[in-house]
Amino acid sequence: MIAPNTNRTNESMSNTETLKITDLHVAVEGKPILCGASLTLRRGETHALMGPNGSGKSTLGLAVMGHPAYEVTSGSVELDGVDLLELDPDERARAGVFMAFQRPMAIPGVKMADFLRHATTNVRQPDRKEGEELIPMREFRKELRGKMEQLKIDPEFARRYVNDGFSGGEMKRAEILQLAMLQPKFAILDETDSGLDADAVKLASASIAEIRGGEMGILIITHHERLLEHNRPDVTHVMLGGRIVETGGPELAEELHRDGFDRVRADHPKAAAQEAELEKLQKEEAVG
Amino acid sequence: MEDDMATDITAKDTFDPAIAEVNKYDFRTETQGVFKARKGLDREIVGQISEMKGEPAWMREFRLESLEIFESKPMPKWGGEINLNFQDVYYYLKPTDEQGRSWDDVPAEIKETFDRLGIPEAEKKYLAGVKAQFESEVVYGSLQEDLAKQGVLFTDTDTAVREYPDLMREHFATVIPPHDNKFAALNSAVWSGGSFIYVPPGVSIDFPLQAYFRINAESMGQFERTLILVDEGAQVHYVEGCTAPMYTTESLHSAVVEVKVMKGARCRYTTIQNWANNIYNLVTKRALAYQDAVMEWVDGNLGSQLTMKYPAVYMMEPGARGEILSIAFASKGQHQDAGAKLVHCAPHTTGQIISKSISKNGGRSSYRGLVKVEEGAKQSKSNVVCDALILDQESRSDTYPYIEIDEQDVTIGHEASVSRIGEEQLFYLMSRGLSEAEASTMIVNGFIEPLVKELPMEYAVEMNRLIELQMEGSVG
Repeated sequence: MIAPNTNRTNESMSNTETLKITDLHVAVEGKPILCGASLTLRRGETHALMGPNGSGKSTLGLAVMGHPAYEVTSGSVELDGVDLLELDPDERARAGVFMAFQRPMAIPGVKMADFLRHATTNVRQPDRKEGEELIPMREFRKELRGKMEQLKIDPEFARRYVNDGFSGGEMKRAEILQLAMLQPKFAILDETDSGLDADAVKLASASIAEIRGGEMGILIITHHERLLEHNRPDVTHVMLGGRIVETGGPELAEELHRDGFDRVRADHPKAAAQEAELEKLQKEEAVG
Repeated sequence: MEDDMATDITAKDTFDPAIAEVNKYDFRTETQGVFKARKGLDREIVGQISEMKGEPAWMREFRLESLEIFESKPMPKWGGEINLNFQDVYYYLKPTDEQGRSWDDVPAEIKETFDRLGIPEAEKKYLAGVKAQFESEVVYGSLQEDLAKQGVLFTDTDTAVREYPDLMREHFATVIPPHDNKFAALNSAVWSGGSFIYVPPGVSIDFPLQAYFRINAESMGQFERTLILVDEGAQVHYVEGCTAPMYTTESLHSAVVEVKVMKGARCRYTTIQNWANNIYNLVTKRALAYQDAVMEWVDGNLGSQLTMKYPAVYMMEPGARGEILSIAFASKGQHQDAGAKLVHCAPHTTGQIISKSISKNGGRSSYRGLVKVEEGAKQSKSNVVCDALILDQESRSDTYPYIEIDEQDVTIGHEASVSRIGEEQLFYLMSRGLSEAEASTMIVNGFIEPLVKELPMEYAVEMNRLIELQMEGSVG
C-alpha cells in the first residue's frame, strides 16, 4: 500500500545532510550551458526543477553526477561538506547521489540482476575493492524480488539485459527499480515521466513516493504535474538560459504547469536573452 | 588455415560398419624413456620421430611426404606476420615425468593466474609443463568405463595409429590433406599427440568429452593431431584445451583437427585457448558434415603472439548444417587473426558464423571468414554476423569477409559492426557505483555473453574470470 508521507517535512528538520550546488557553471565542448546555478537540497525534501527545453536542467543533473562530457568551469557541488567535483562518478554514487536518466544506456549481454548486484554492493559498501565479495546471491535475489513485486515489475525483468530493447516505459521503470535498490541520500530524477502514458506516470509517481520514505532528498525535473502528485514539492526552482531565476513553493510549480514560461521570460529579460543566444548557438551547430 | 581462403574439397566417404567394432578400451600408454630430438627440421628428424613412436611404414611415409610438401610451399602471404626460423624449433620432445622442468621455473604470473582460476594442484603442474601426466584416472575412471561399454573409442592419436590402424588409414588426413596449407603439411610431418574419438552409430554421449579424461601425456603438445569420427545418428560434444594459460617454452603451436560428422549425426567442438604471449598459434580445423548432420565449432582465442585459426565446416550433403561461434581477445603485442569458413557443397545446406572480437591495449584482432556456395548447392542459406569491440585508441580491428557464390538460388547474409566502449555506457554504469574497471569488464563480458552462454558451465565461469583478469589494468 502506498501511503502519503505527511510527516516528511517534520522528519527532515532533524536531518542536516545537504546537497549544495553553488554558482555552478558548466560547458560542453567549450560551449557554456549552465551559467551559474545554485540550490540547496536537504534530506527529506522534494524540489521540483522546471524550465523550458534547453534551459540546462539535465545539464545540472549530469554535472552533479560527473558525466565526463560536462565540464564544470566554476562553482561547487558539496554533499554534506564533501566536494563532489573531486570524485569520479562511481565515488559520487557511493557517497549517496543517484540520477535517474532521461535516456538510460543499453548494456547488451549484461543482465539487470548482475548489474544491480554489483551496483547495490558497491553503494552499500563504499570501500569495497574490485574482486571482493558481492552481496550473497540468495539474499540479493530475495530483496530484488521483493522490490520488483512492490513496484509491480515483472520478475522476468531481472533476467533481461540492461535497457537492451526496452520500451521507453520499461527504461523508466528500470531506473525506478535502481532507485529503490540503491536507496541514495539524494536523487535527481530527470523526466522520469517522459514517454509514459497517464497510468504509468501515476504508478511512477506513487512508486517514487513509496521508495523515498522520509529520508531521501529528491530533485524532480519534469514537465508534468502528475509526477508531483504524490511528490508535492517543498521548493520549486525555475531555470532559464542556464540560470535558476526563481525559487518558490509548490504554488510556483502549479502556476508554471498552468500558464507556461512566458511570465518568467518577461520578468527575467537577461536570462531570456541568454536562452535565445544558446538556442542560436545550437541552431548554428546543427547547420554547420 | 589454407593456402587460399577458398579451397575445393570433394572427398566423400562413409564409415565401414565392420570397422566400428568395440575394441578393448585402454587409456594407459606405456612409459617410455626420455627423448628429445635435436633442433631443426629435416628427413632425419622426421624419421626419428616416427621411429621413436614405433609407427608403421605408412605413417612414416606420410610424414616424409608431408615434409616435402611443407618445404615446397611458400609462407602464406595473408594473415599475420610470422617471424620464425623453422630450424630453430624443437619438433619433438617426449614428455615424461623425469624430464620436466621444475615448478620453480614457471613464471610467477602464470602461477598466480592458476591460483586465481582455482585450478587444482595436479592440473596446475600439468598445464605448466612440469608434470607430463595428469592424474585423471582416479577422477574419471568410471566415465571411461561407461564410454567403453558403448563402444566409444577415445584415446590419443599415437595410440590410435597402433590400435585402430584400419580406421586411421581410412580417415586420417582425408579432411585436411598435407598439401592443404604449409602448416597442415608441417603438422603432418611432425605431429604428436592429440585426440582420436570414434562414436558408433546412434550413440549419444550426454556429457562433454574432455581431453583430461585420458591420462596421456601428449594431449596438448605443440603439433597435436586430432581426428573425430561421429558415425550415423551419433552425438558428441568434445571440449579441448582449457582456459588456464598454456605455458610452454616453445614458440610454435600448429595443430590439425579433422572431424567427420556422418548422416544425421551431431558434433560440437569447443576450444578455449589462452596461450602465453610468445606463441605462434597456427591451427587448421575442418569438419565435413554429411546428410542432415550438424557440426558446431565454438572457438575462443586469448593470448598468443599471433593466432591464425579459421574453423571450417564443409557441408557435403543435403540438409547439413554448420555453425561457428568465435571469440577473440587481443591485448598488447597480440594479433588474433581468427574467423571461420562455411562451404556449401550440396543443396539445402545451412550455415551460420557468429564472431566477436575484443581489442585492447594496442592489440589487434581480425575477422577473416569465407562463405562459399558451390554450383548446384541450391537453396542454401548462410548468415554471418561479426562484431568487434575496441577498448582504446591504440587497438585495432579489421574485417576480411570473403564470399564466393557459384549458384543463384541462395540466401547469404552478412552483418558487421565495430564499436568502441562508449563513454556513455561507462558513465551509466559508474553512476551506479561501479568502478571504471568493473564497468569495462561488465561491458566486455556482456559483449561476449551470447557465446559464453553456449559453453559448458565451468568453462563459462572460467571465461568470465579470464576476461576479468585480462581487463585488469586496462583502464585508469
